[in-house]
Amino acid sequence: MRIQAGFRKERIDRGIKARTDDIFAIASCREILYLVGPRFLLIAALLIFPLLKSITGIYWQNVLMITATIALLALSWDLLHSVGLVSLGQALFFGAGAYATGYLNSKFGWSPVLAIPAATLLGALFSTALLYPVLRLRGIYFGLITFAVPMLLMRIIEATKILGGTEGISGLTPLPGITITLYIIIAVTLVCVYGYQRLFETDYGLVFKAIRDNDRSVIAAGFNIQLFKAQAVFLAALPATFAGAFLTHHYQFVGLPAFAMDYSVLPMASVIIGGPGSFIGAMLGAFIVVPLSEFLRTFGTLRIVIYSLVLLVFVVGLPQGLFHYLKRKYDQFERLVPIEEVEK
Amino acid sequence: MSQDTIIKVAGLSKNFGGVKAVNGVSFELKRGEALGIIGPNGSGKSTMINLITGFVKPSSGKVFYNGRDITGLSPDKIVNLGIARSFQMAKPFYNMPVYKNLIIPLFSPRARKLAGGRHGDRDESAIHLLEEVGFERDSHIPYKPAGSLPHGYVKRLELARCLALEPDVIILDELFSGMSMSEVAGILPFLERLRDEGKTLIMVEHRLRELFRVVDKAICLNFGEKIAEGAPEEVVQNEEVKKSYLGSEVVSGA
Ligand SMILES: Nc1ncnc2c1ncn2[C@@H]1O[C@H](COP(=O)(O)OP(=O)(O)O)[C@@H](O)[C@H]1O
Ligand SMILES: [Mg+2]
Repeated sequence: MRIQAGFRKERIDRGIKARTDDIFAIASCREILYLVGPRFLLIAALLIFPLLKSITGIYWQNVLMITATIALLALSWDLLHSVGLVSLGQALFFGAGAYATGYLNSKFGWSPVLAIPAATLLGALFSTALLYPVLRLRGIYFGLITFAVPMLLMRIIEATKILGGTEGISGLTPLPGITITLYIIIAVTLVCVYGYQRLFETDYGLVFKAIRDNDRSVIAAGFNIQLFKAQAVFLAALPATFAGAFLTHHYQFVGLPAFAMDYSVLPMASVIIGGPGSFIGAMLGAFIVVPLSEFLRTFGTLRIVIYSLVLLVFVVGLPQGLFHYLKRKYDQFERLVPIEEVEK
Repeated sequence: MSQDTIIKVAGLSKNFGGVKAVNGVSFELKRGEALGIIGPNGSGKSTMINLITGFVKPSSGKVFYNGRDITGLSPDKIVNLGIARSFQMAKPFYNMPVYKNLIIPLFSPRARKLAGGRHGDRDESAIHLLEEVGFERDSHIPYKPAGSLPHGYVKRLELARCLALEPDVIILDELFSGMSMSEVAGILPFLERLRDEGKTLIMVEHRLRELFRVVDKAICLNFGEKIAEGAPEEVVQNEEVKKSYLGSEVVSGA
C-alpha cells in the first residue's frame, strides 16, 4: 500500500524568541499579544465564569468548585512527581486539611478566616510528619504507602470515634456566597501555579528536579535529600490541605468521605492528561477530567465506559500530555513540503 | 597519627552477605598526597570509596578525617566536611542543561558556606568550571541537555561536579574509563595541577601509565584485601600484584 507520498510535515518555530534567558526583547504589540494572550484568555475565562450563574446554573458553579479543588490536588501531585515521588494518596492531604479545619471550627469556634489558613499549615505539617519515615522509599513503594495511609486514618477515626467518628462533624461555619467562594479558590489555584513555576526557576527548585534525575549525585553534592523531600512534601501538601479545608467549609461538613479515593485518583488522572512538569498542565487536566465526568452523567451506566475511553485516547494519543501538545502547536507552524520521489 | 595525616583508614571491612568486599584494609594519607588504588575487577575498590564517603556503612573498622572519626556519618555530611567523590557509573542530571548540572554542587551547603553569602553568578561559575575540565567555552555544548552528552563528557562533568564543592580531598572512581586517549591526555595535566596545588587525591584506575603520572603512592586490592602498598613502581613489581592483577604482562610505570 502506498500512502500519498511526496509531502512531509515540517515544523518551524515561530519567529518570536521573545525571552532569551533573562533579557526581555519584545518588538511589537503583536509579540506581546502572542506571549500574554493565552494567559490572559485563561485567566479571563476563569474570572468570568463565576459571574454567569444565571446562565450556567448553580450546578455548574458547583462543578467549577470541585474542578478547582481537584486542580489544587493535581498541582500538589505534580510537585511531588517533580521530586520523583509518586503519590497514590492525595486524599491524605485533603482529609488532613478538612479535619483540621473541622476541629478548629467546631471545637474552638475559629472563624474560617483563621481556621482555613491554620488548617492548611497544620494539615501540611501533619502529613509531612506522617510520610517522613517512608520518604526514602522510591517509586511504587512510596506510592503504596500513600495509598494505604488515608484508608488507615479512615479506619482509625471509625474505630476510635474521635473527630465525630462515622457521623463526621456538621454545622460548620459556611463560606460567603458561591461567587466570592469561587473567586477565592480560583485565585489560590492561579497563585499556586505561578508560585510553583517560580519555585522551579530558582536554584532551590533545581535541587528538586535533580533529586528526581539522580538522587545519588545530589547526596554527593552534600544535600540531605531526606530533608529536601520532606520540604517538597510540605510545599506540595499546602494547596491540597487548603483545598480540603476550603471545601469543608463550603459543605459545612467534614466526615470520612474526606479521605475518599476520588481525591487520590482524579488529581493523578488530571496530571497525566494535562502533562506533568509544567503545573499549568496539571490545572488544565483537572478542567478536563472533572467537567467531563460530570457531563457524562447523562449517559447513565455507559458513563464509566465513555470516560475510560476518553482517558485512554488522551494517554495514548498525547503521552506527553495536553499542555505540551498545545504549546508545541502554538509555538510552531506546521506545513507540508514536497519531497523528491526516490522510487516510483 | 601524625599532624598532617588527612585520611586514615583502620581495619575497614565490609561484608555483602557472604562476600567480603573489603577485608581489614588500613592505610594513611597525608595532606597533599595522591593515592592510586588498583586491583582486579570486583576486588573492592569502589566499595572502599563508598566506605570512606559514607555511601556504604562498614561492617567493622574506622575512617578518620583530619583526626576526626567520621565512620557512620551520612554521605552528605561527609561531603560538606570536604571530601568529594565521583562515581564509576557517572550519571548526569539528564533533564537539565549541562551547565545547570553544576548549579547543584555550587548551591550545596558547603559551597554556599565557603562563598560566605556572596556567591556571585552561579551560572558563570558553572561555565567556568566546565571550561577548566575541557568543555569548549564558546560551543553550544554547555547549554545542551545533559542527557545527550557523549560518555567522555559525562566523566568530565563528573569531575567538575566534584571541583564545584571546593573539596580538600577528591576521590575519583575510574575517571578515565570511557574516555578516549586524547581526552585522558587532555585531563592529565589538570589532575597534575590539582595535585601540585596541594589537593589530596585518591584515584581508582586501570590505566596505570596515566595514573602513575598523577599519584605518588599506590595500594593494590585483591578480594578485598590490601596486598601491596608503596611507591607505584614498587607496587607493580610486587610478585602478588603481578600474579593477581597484572598477569604476565609487564607494565612499566611512568
Ligand atoms: N551493593 C552491593 N551489594 C552486594 N554486593 C556488592 C555491592 N557492591 C559491591 N558488591 C560486591 O563487592 C565486591 C567488590 O565490588 P567493587 O567494590 O565494586 O569492586 P571494584 O570496584 O574493585 O571492581 C564484588 O564482589 C561485588 O559484587
Ligand atoms: Mg569499581
